[in-house]
Amino acid sequence: MLNLGRRPHPTTTGVVLVEPWSSRLRRLLPIYGLLLPGMLLFAAWALFPIIQSFVMSFTDWKLRGETSFVGLDNYVRALNDPLFWRALTATVGYTLVTVAGQMVLGLGAALLLNEKIHGRSVFRLIYYLPVITSWVIVSLIFVWLYNGQTGVLNWLLNDVLGIIDKNVAWLAEPATALWAIAILGIWKGIGWTMVVYLAGLQGVPHELHEAAAIDGASTWQRFRNVTVPFLRTTTTFLLIVLTIGGFSAFISIFVMSTAAVGTLGGPLNSTEVVLTYTWKQAFQEIDLAYGAALSFMVAAAVAAISIVEFRFARQQERT
Amino acid sequence: MIGNFRRLRLQRWISFSLALAFGLLMIAPFALMVSTAFKPHAYVLEIPPQLIPEAPTLDNFVRAWGSGDFARYFVNSVVVTVSSTAISVALSAMLGFAFARYRFPGSRVLFAVLLFTMMVPGMLLLIPQFMLARDLGLLNSLWGLIVVYAVMNLGLNTFLLRGFYSAMPQALFDSAAVDGAGPWRAFRSIALPLSKPGLATVTIFSWLAAWDEFTWAITILADRELYTLPIGIRMLQRAQSTEWGLVFAASLIALAPVLVLFIALQRQFVSGAFVGATKG
Repeated sequence: MLNLGRRPHPTTTGVVLVEPWSSRLRRLLPIYGLLLPGMLLFAAWALFPIIQSFVMSFTDWKLRGETSFVGLDNYVRALNDPLFWRALTATVGYTLVTVAGQMVLGLGAALLLNEKIHGRSVFRLIYYLPVITSWVIVSLIFVWLYNGQTGVLNWLLNDVLGIIDKNVAWLAEPATALWAIAILGIWKGIGWTMVVYLAGLQGVPHELHEAAAIDGASTWQRFRNVTVPFLRTTTTFLLIVLTIGGFSAFISIFVMSTAAVGTLGGPLNSTEVVLTYTWKQAFQEIDLAYGAALSFMVAAAVAAISIVEFRFARQQERT
Repeated sequence: MIGNFRRLRLQRWISFSLALAFGLLMIAPFALMVSTAFKPHAYVLEIPPQLIPEAPTLDNFVRAWGSGDFARYFVNSVVVTVSSTAISVALSAMLGFAFARYRFPGSRVLFAVLLFTMMVPGMLLLIPQFMLARDLGLLNSLWGLIVVYAVMNLGLNTFLLRGFYSAMPQALFDSAAVDGAGPWRAFRSIALPLSKPGLATVTIFSWLAAWDEFTWAITILADRELYTLPIGIRMLQRAQSTEWGLVFAASLIALAPVLVLFIALQRQFVSGAFVGATKG
């Protein structure tokens, strides 16, 4: 593919070759033709909206009447907003629990399924089923499971195992609501984490395991010294992606908190996370400018945490 | 030697038992959902829960499908999903091909910007997209859904397909270039037919995202006739006294196409997994 570029090219006869702009245009036109429809859609519905949202976050956008520039007011308001901080704290807690749960259980499942046991592919299918099921459906299943009077979980813990002495309305109690939703988050993500770890485990050289076994290393020692170092990149990848996922939690919180107590914040606002709070401000309070500012703050928080995690992981690799 | 072999078999049996126990735990919610879908209303919240229904009935499925609204929600979902997926895949194939096989001014910048928006959290786009939809009169309309769903995965799809097209050997295109074929011919006649696996992955991925999408739909749709399946199913739960059999039957109907595709095309589902599943 000829690409003479703009600069003239010296040749052996001393004649200088420059691609005339007419043929350059003729060459580039069909390429831009391929790009145009997609980039147009992208510019109109992704790029432009982000820019507009950024600008809007510095205004006091009103449905009717004058919109005026207010500088950093929305951002200052967010920083002083106790409900925003509450939502942020809840989100961090939710994320910690779901990330840890998914990684530990996903790795465990991957280690199990990495061996040649019977029905391995069936197990893979079963573990992956929650991943491909819609958030709405799994949220409703768990609302049913968590039913306060006659739910399966209450039956299991109260009647069968006797761990608790009376039925709990898991989604309606401020102390348990968010964690009940977090358990759903873990259950839904284990299969995906497992698949990623399975791929990562393929990169662990089998000979090293065998050599370590011959040297008399125990299973745990082999795991720690052979497997874990080779899983570093995978773990870092998962850490970042699962954290972003934790901060992006919306549908499960939305469906389950409205199912339990009717309001988006859940019992005593205990299930309010950053995205539900942002959505509420934008579309229930119709304060789109504040919502825009909040969404940028959340994005900044997610980016910051991802960078910290990435740096931390890099540091770990060097030790 | 024999001892080692026996130890390995024991270890395999332990692993199998653990995998089985864990598998039962993972599938229990689904099993219970399926079981409840076949139960008449009186039995949906019985204790102790019966896995095999005492009086199984297809009533819930008949009622779910028969209630005029639900069939309409299904149709809405199909229309929106098929349209947005077709648009997204077509456009991202063109974009991916152009980025992969040609150098042109601005290619790096444009691709970087495209990728950047891929990493933006959903709510950031939702708010200004709402305003744009409002200004264009697309609120409370299926087109409003189609357009946003098409853009939703554009960055991701383009990224995946670009990788796919980059890997194609130049020799394939050289003979066409000799014949004087331009980018469009190269795209349509050579690249597109050979990229079926990549297109399949991208199609499934976009299809799944649109089929299950809830947040944008519930934000912009006000008319009941326009509701999509996820909203429709949730509405069944919001009814005065929830008929869980009905809810789960409706869920299974919505889940059926996904399951069929998944079992048929497992590899595509899982390979797409690496680059998705951060939405909550």
